[in-house]
Amino acid sequence: MKRMKKIKTIAELKQIIEEQTLSRKNETAKVITVSSGTCGQARGSLKVIEALKKAIKAEGLEEKVKLRITGCHGFCEAEPNVIIYPDRIFYQKLTPADARAIIKETIQGGKIIEKLLYKDPQTGQKAVKEDEIPFYKKQKRIVLGDNVFVDPTSLLEYFSVGGFRSLIKAMVELTPDEIIQTVKESGLRGRGGAGFPTGVKWEATRRSHGDIKYVICNGDEGDPGAYMDRSVLEGNPFRVIEGMMIGGLAIGARESYIYVRDEYPLAVRHVTLAIDQLHKAGLLGKNILQTGIDFDIHIAKGAGAFVCGEETALIASIEGRVGEPRQRPPFPSIKGLWKKPTCINNVETWANIPLIIKNGADWFARTGTNGSKGTKIFSLVGKINNTGLVEVPMGITLKEIIYDIGGGIPEDKEFKAVQTGGPSGGCLPASLLDLPIDYESLTGAGSIMGSGGMIVMDEKTCMVDVAMYFLNFLRDESCGKCISCREGTQRMWEIVKDISEGKGKKGDLELLEELALATKEASMCGLGQTAANPVLSTLKYFRDEFEAHIFEKRCPAGVCKSLIRYVVIAEKCTGCQSCKKACPNQAIQGTLKDIHLIDQSKCIKCGACLEACQFEAIEAQREVAILVE
Amino acid sequence: MNGIEVKAEEGWTVLDTAKFYGLEIPTLCHHEGLTPYGACRLCLVEIGEGEKAKLVSSCTYPAEQGLVIHTDTKRVIQARRMMIELMLSVAPYSKVIQDLASKFGVTRMRFKIRNEECILCGLCVRMCEEQMDGKAIGFQNRGYKRKISTPFDIRSEECRLCGGCIYICPACQLRCQGPQAETAICNACLTMDPTCLDYYDELQCWMYDAGRCGTCVRERK
Repeated sequence: MKRMKKIKTIAELKQIIEEQTLSRKNETAKVITVSSGTCGQARGSLKVIEALKKAIKAEGLEEKVKLRITGCHGFCEAEPNVIIYPDRIFYQKLTPADARAIIKETIQGGKIIEKLLYKDPQTGQKAVKEDEIPFYKKQKRIVLGDNVFVDPTSLLEYFSVGGFRSLIKAMVELTPDEIIQTVKESGLRGRGGAGFPTGVKWEATRRSHGDIKYVICNGDEGDPGAYMDRSVLEGNPFRVIEGMMIGGLAIGARESYIYVRDEYPLAVRHVTLAIDQLHKAGLLGKNILQTGIDFDIHIAKGAGAFVCGEETALIASIEGRVGEPRQRPPFPSIKGLWKKPTCINNVETWANIPLIIKNGADWFARTGTNGSKGTKIFSLVGKINNTGLVEVPMGITLKEIIYDIGGGIPEDKEFKAVQTGGPSGGCLPASLLDLPIDYESLTGAGSIMGSGGMIVMDEKTCMVDVAMYFLNFLRDESCGKCISCREGTQRMWEIVKDISEGKGKKGDLELLEELALATKEASMCGLGQTAANPVLSTLKYFRDEFEAHIFEKRCPAGVCKSLIRYVVIAEKCTGCQSCKKACPNQAIQGTLKDIHLIDQSKCIKCGACLEACQFEAIEAQREVAILVE
Repeated sequence: MNGIEVKAEEGWTVLDTAKFYGLEIPTLCHHEGLTPYGACRLCLVEIGEGEKAKLVSSCTYPAEQGLVIHTDTKRVIQARRMMIELMLSVAPYSKVIQDLASKFGVTRMRFKIRNEECILCGLCVRMCEEQMDGKAIGFQNRGYKRKISTPFDIRSEECRLCGGCIYICPACQLRCQGPQAETAICNACLTMDPTCLDYYDELQCWMYDAGRCGTCVRERK
């Protein structure tokens, strides 16, 4: 990597971008791009990288083969994966042992290694190139796409994909009002979850009185199961920063903050490196490129509170106060950080800005629906074949995402529900699979878009358990100020927990609904106001499951442990003792060749006996009626 | 506000405006000498109209030009009742909260009682910090684990034993001295039948402090 020298004028910047884009176009070396975001690293990409380096060296190919370590490519199920350019060959699920073969057979020998190719779990068809893979086909990766091309720690690589051309355009060709007008016309809405029109927010901040204004990037991403922002910050931090700089120009802010949650060390590292390089290059600081414009970025780290994703709590956190939301009005665009006008947007929102400036509002507005323009990144997780980050145009249906892109449910199990929007969202059943995804349609169905979490559930997921999980999360994360949220989530959790343990009683569901409504109506901030959604949506679409738990003491999905009884089927038992040996609590009695018996008082319902039995002689009974013993 | 055109001064909250015009909005965590906090959610009012109408705490919401406010809609009353029910479940021995229950028709308490003698309204914290300049106590943790204590739960060197926190606490002031309720909700003051009028020409306690002696509630059934 070349040492970054200070760029002194816009003309110099234009030239260096030109040089870099050209040199990428004329790249003659073969490039092995390794997906190495946090998820890739968790799956062993670092060892694969080491092995590849060794193999390249062993064959003396350092000049002819380039290794590019990038952020997340999005297809987490396939990681550790590589894409080999210029042929765009995609190899998945690599181990260090594969490295030598890749270098010798593919790089040198020009041959495809069949066993490393992606194979469709439904059709069995193999894909050679990245764009042949069904997972990628229906996506429109305008935000995540560049992750594949850039080393996130290199400013020069960002230049090589045309980076910072938008900033130049914003500095030279557009006035601040024109920038805001472009963003307004594009129809971009906040990607953090609330979906507020971004251009309108910028305009309000610009119009606010005051010389000192701030721009903040909300990288708290607290939703469990959501990691879109992490991948953007890890894989393409310069894009986010460019967006913030354009925002600063439009609003008149000279200082900004990127608030990253502490649980994202790689993102923090890459953003820090990016800011450092930009300082060295003279693109951050005072009098940037001799335009008289100042702009600087500070990094603020979270400390483990979901509530700090709420804008006023986030601002309090940056100010060093307790992360508690406050009443709005006044909104941050009028009185925000340090009581100055502040424009706070989500990571993905900022990442869209350079594209909108570069390609124009009309280009952006061509994608999506009437009310929701552009694309959205979703983290498709749970019971799905193709786990990963999917970026799709708004308006695509749930069915397309789950089946065409996601590859359907593993083990051919039946789809039951998809949870969108994290703890503020709701579960949508199979009857809504044809729902086109946009802000309004999801809210209308009882869920929300949220930051983009999408958790797929199958027939073995218990909806009471899901509601309990989210309520437990919310009662822990509530800041605790409003009694409606603090006690509301706690009491809702208590009721649902009792239901899951078979202690539910008549009137519980009505009480739950009443409490949910009160929590929603009376709470001050978004956390409390949406805390009821997981409960209300599961009750709306899966009330029968709750009723089964309460009135029949039965968990239809077989999840709630208190409601499962493991019994030995006498006719099938051979007395082989396998279950007795597998039991961690010595709950099974029986001698060799005799029918065994499970002591219910000792059984911890781990299911080890069922796994161990070779004769299908153990059954996990979901009690149908209240047993009279 | 409630169909009447009202004028507020710059810097007033909706609650300030209501009080000025004599409209009664119940509060618990609000106190004139302390900054508003918005924890108890009793002072909720409905603002806006139609689909966009929502509930906000009037003690923290600033009076704005053109704001439409309703103080006692069905939504408000239902929410208020649930807040009282929740408060009772964590501080059942507080007479202030029991009286609120009687006043607003809360006759059931459907949650498991978890007596913490505290509704985390924060009055004590603000009293100590703002009026007594002590800053000896504060909130700890968040969510269901939230509580009020001294830093690290150790004996405070800042505390001057002024008693301000005890004075202002709605949960521990006015312990009910009336009949020992058999259920979580007493509601005895709801069915008050003052016996003092048999002997005197006027009420001896003006009902606001009612039940302190417990006589009228005890003797008549």
